Amino acid sequence: MGLLRRIRTWFEDRSGASALIGPVMTHRVPRSAKWWYVFGSATLMFFLIQIATGIMLATLYVPSAAEAYDSLRYIDEEVPFGWMVRAIHGWSSNAMVLMMLVHLSQVFLHGAYKYPRELTWMVGVLLMVCTLALAFTGQVMRFDQDAYWGLGIGASIVDRVPVFGNELRAIMLGGPIIAGATLSRFFALHVFVLPGLTIVLVGLHMMLILRHGISEMPKPGEVVDPATYKPAYEERIHRTGVPFFPDAARRDMVFCGLALLVMLGLAAWFGPFGPGGVPDPTIIDTNPRPDFFFLWIFAALALLPPAVETPLLIIGPPVLLLAMLLIPIMASRGERAPSRRPLVVVLFAVIVTGLVTLSWLGVTSPWSPQMDGWTSAPVPAEFVRGRTPLELQGATMIQFAQCRNCHSLGGLGGERGPALDRVATRLSWDQLVRQVQQGGGNMPAYGKTLTSAQTEAIVAFLATLRPDHVPASEIPGALEVSPGRDQPPMATPDAPEPARGFQ
Amino acid sequence: MNETPKPQRCCDGREPSAGRHADLRIHGEASGPSGSAGTPKSARAGDDTARGAAGDRRGFLFGAGAALMGIGGLLAAIPIVGTLFAPARRGNPMRWTDLGPVDQFPAGTTRLATFTSPNAAPTDGETARDACWVRSLGDDRFQVFYVNCAHLGCPVRWFEQSRLFMCPCHGGVYYEDGSRASGPPPRGLFTHQWRVTNGRLEILAGLLPGLEEKT
Repeated sequence: MGLLRRIRTWFEDRSGASALIGPVMTHRVPRSAKWWYVFGSATLMFFLIQIATGIMLATLYVPSAAEAYDSLRYIDEEVPFGWMVRAIHGWSSNAMVLMMLVHLSQVFLHGAYKYPRELTWMVGVLLMVCTLALAFTGQVMRFDQDAYWGLGIGASIVDRVPVFGNELRAIMLGGPIIAGATLSRFFALHVFVLPGLTIVLVGLHMMLILRHGISEMPKPGEVVDPATYKPAYEERIHRTGVPFFPDAARRDMVFCGLALLVMLGLAAWFGPFGPGGVPDPTIIDTNPRPDFFFLWIFAALALLPPAVETPLLIIGPPVLLLAMLLIPIMASRGERAPSRRPLVVVLFAVIVTGLVTLSWLGVTSPWSPQMDGWTSAPVPAEFVRGRTPLELQGATMIQFAQCRNCHSLGGLGGERGPALDRVATRLSWDQLVRQVQQGGGNMPAYGKTLTSAQTEAIVAFLATLRPDHVPASEIPGALEVSPGRDQPPMATPDAPEPARGFQ
Repeated sequence: MNETPKPQRCCDGREPSAGRHADLRIHGEASGPSGSAGTPKSARAGDDTARGAAGDRRGFLFGAGAALMGIGGLLAAIPIVGTLFAPARRGNPMRWTDLGPVDQFPAGTTRLATFTSPNAAPTDGETARDACWVRSLGDDRFQVFYVNCAHLGCPVRWFEQSRLFMCPCHGGVYYEDGSRASGPPPRGLFTHQWRVTNGRLEILAGLLPGLEEKT
């Protein structure tokens, strides 16, 4: 005991550690800082886990385009604990992005970026960029088909930059094609540049937090005024504040512990992410999708009108970043309570709804043809029962001509075009013929591909697709919707005709 | 710094000299073990010139240091920045690449042809490989399309029955001649230049296609 104490005293004397760390641990925080304030700590905890598991992965992973894929399989299947380290690195990265987003939302909604914490917010925004960049470059490390074609999408976006597009793309890829040099560049970014930058920025973020103290829970009517804020805050914090350790740290520890356990549970249960197929560009039978935090961009790229796509892709990100950086400059004073800042709350709700909707659309991606729809989605029996031979030929032709890759029948098939279940209630015979032959409304023209007999069979079949199909001859003239009839219900309630919105 | 020395009492009761440098020197000499290396008086006498020379020397050293660091930094930066930017200023990476004998591509068919990129490095593994769609029009006439969608580069698939190329990412669709049929692509499929040499089909390949391309 005496020896231990002597060692401690010696260490304390020579290092001055407690003088350095003590004030940091016991700095006073507002008493009102409760469960809302745990998300930043959780983000940091997951970042530390990323560093630890990342170092372990770096001892096993081979960052060469020729061997990366095999080394991942080897880590998963042969190395003791290898699969678990990969699983934790993957799930913890998702958790880090998620916690970062929740932390960002809390700070934004509570106006915690206002005076004097403007710079803390700005450093936080840069940390967000680093986190997302780490996530993207991490997806590239999982060198599979998604990684390969994800790089292809990134390269195509960079290529659209005016004047320097080609050069920028070459710098990004490390050469004229996506290959070994590309993986090495992204490895350097993911393992050296971005983590180093993140560590520096985290240090700065913490330094600023200590300098200005953490914000109190916003109260309606408590207005931030740079002239009086600081002394008043210091007086309050001195009077009613509590030391961070152990008072506030308790909640951080409980939440971080729970989050850690949940993450470990997910990692153990679901295992590592990928790798998917071999990153061989000649395997074109692939369906590339980004990880979940980039699905909204993937969706936006399918839905943006072509005319504004390039300008938005190139101008959008820097403008967005600048806007986020400048938020605390534009609104450094005033109310902090969400109830007194309805515009901010509405803006937040719109952004979150937009991101969630786009992400969900990215998961279902109704704009993509279902590549095997023509062979995997049969015509439901009720659509062929009682049909004439010509109509049945049409039903066959619809499969053969890959119509089902984009059109569903009975809920089966692609969603790029409208469901065909009741198409005859919307289009007359002539309109059907014209639509098939000339296309339009985002449908290719089949005039050159199909013979007139094939077109006739298809239209004959389509013309039966209406409730209680009755022979066309009984409807004088055509199959137009009778004015009084309600719009037909959609094929599946949760998949409302997507093509209309995408035209 | 003070230019005019002001007589004042110092902590040890002696008259200090003006500059901090000289001050230190006096203290050092006075408290030194020998104490015979000089007197405060003589130090004060040569004060102005000594300080001027020292100042010049210090200024020169600082300037020289900054210059040396600057030159060294610039020299070191050349290979560092050069490595970063080198890929941007390679010459034309396109090379004639063999796709095999022309009779592999019968008239009226559209087939996937694979080849190794002429710019492949030894460590590229599978990524050194590449593919293109060859549409044979008969009489040694061809159209050779990149597999990459003109929208954002995903690989398009050929459907023989509907004679369409479809992209799995954002729903781009092209007709059999490569022209845009529907979806977000701003143009038709990119095409490779091709030629037939000694009965073999060759294409110019080696670069990911981009919107800058004319073909």
